[in-house]
Amino acid sequence: MTEPFLPLFSSGLDPGPSFSELLRRVDPTQLPRVDISSPGHGAAPFPITHGTTVVAIRYGGGVVMAGDRRATAGYTIANRWIEKVFRADDHSGVAIAGAAGPAVEMVRLFQVQLEHYEKVEGERLSFEGKANQLSQMVRANLPAAMQGFVVVPLFAGFDERRDRGRVFSFDATGGRYEERDYQTNGSGGIHAKNWIKSLWREGLTAGEAVDIGIRSLFAAADEDVATGGPDLVRRIFPTVAVIDTDGFRMLDDADIEARATVLLGGPERGGDEA
Amino acid sequence: MSQPFYVSPEQVMKDRADYARKGIARGRSLVALECVDGIVLVAENPSRTLYKTSEIYDRIAFAAVGKYNEFQMLKIAGVRLADLKGFQYSREDVSARGLANAYAQTLGQVFTHEMKPYEVEILVAEVGRTHADDQLFHILYDGVMMDEEGFTVLGGQAEAIAEILRRDYSETLEVGEAVRLGARVLAPEGQEPLAADALEVGFLERALPERAFRRLKGDDLVALLAG
Repeated sequence: MTEPFLPLFSSGLDPGPSFSELLRRVDPTQLPRVDISSPGHGAAPFPITHGTTVVAIRYGGGVVMAGDRRATAGYTIANRWIEKVFRADDHSGVAIAGAAGPAVEMVRLFQVQLEHYEKVEGERLSFEGKANQLSQMVRANLPAAMQGFVVVPLFAGFDERRDRGRVFSFDATGGRYEERDYQTNGSGGIHAKNWIKSLWREGLTAGEAVDIGIRSLFAAADEDVATGGPDLVRRIFPTVAVIDTDGFRMLDDADIEARATVLLGGPERGGDEA
Repeated sequence: MSQPFYVSPEQVMKDRADYARKGIARGRSLVALECVDGIVLVAENPSRTLYKTSEIYDRIAFAAVGKYNEFQMLKIAGVRLADLKGFQYSREDVSARGLANAYAQTLGQVFTHEMKPYEVEILVAEVGRTHADDQLFHILYDGVMMDEEGFTVLGGQAEAIAEILRRDYSETLEVGEAVRLGARVLAPEGQEPLAADALEVGFLERALPERAFRRLKGDDLVALLAG
């Protein structure tokens, strides 16, 4: 980088409001990428840290995003406290599943990308525009995904122009799909999704959606070894964000613990048929 | 072949400085005031969209007077520098001092080496957790940089306005008092303070946890001006 001078560009090379374009001009080595030139396919030659189960649920006033706290590397628990739900900007969040390293790096770039656009252009990107930006980042990760470093985020938030919560999911090719009501991702996603499906209805309150989200992660942990359940000894519980017209906020640990403790008296207690 | 006329370096620099100063003096002034609640940037600006004050980074704002297209480009360059540094290192590593240095280097370079100097005066302000940590860096068209205490004035009528502020400014002002003081000193002497529709007010609010910059406008500004 050319500090102490300002980064100035001639008109043909100006990166516009895009931070990743700016990074490509100034310091391309900083762009998140996994550059493996070996011919191997399908698997990295070492265990990759994976984040597992995340959910996004639309309710009457916005969306709830939640994630369990476990990261695995092969059969090892790589991290018990990992966070998978991140603030993207004032009114949106990203939840990550897949290879944890590139995923966290992608979120960091995405956060700066949104803020950078807002400051350069003087107004925020539309909700759709944000989803498209994330889609491009996921697509840029495709070569790495082919080597096993798949990153598949969920993007959700409150669309201020449409006055409602919205949920987008992605596939490894950058495919971007708007979901009507909820979506899950990661190894335990299918179990979480079934749980949500059985309880979701139009017009949930934020509290109800939070409880459904927490319970769906417990259900996933019940069936999937890579999803972390509630850890009562270490007091580890899912992370949960609520995004509504007032913006993005993470629920505090005490609130989640209180909810989780009540919910633990539910069906799992007697339902140990397996 | 004819020889080019010899022009002494002193004359070249003086001509460029006169040129830049004339350009800046044509525009309207801007004041920055440190106060209890943060840093207030008050500009005379009838436009609702062509801003003179902007957010650069979490606790750092930019303000400028002079030629709009030039300071707009410099503002964007500042946002780029700050976001790059924050991404490559960490958000805490972005400082007003570093940015102000980059502005001073760039303006100085252009002033000495290019045909035409920038016709701008720039302010980089950073709000601290306490009043004592507030910073105001004032950078002139030729790259001369000043570290100001309490308040500073940009633009053609700077000296006359600073004169009033030296008398009336106090660091115990609250945000409303600071905005009203700004509206008063920007008005021609002996006339009513400027009204909300002639003002642009940027505010680095000390109490905001992360991104501290916001604009005071519309009914909020009218209410503040009314006291």
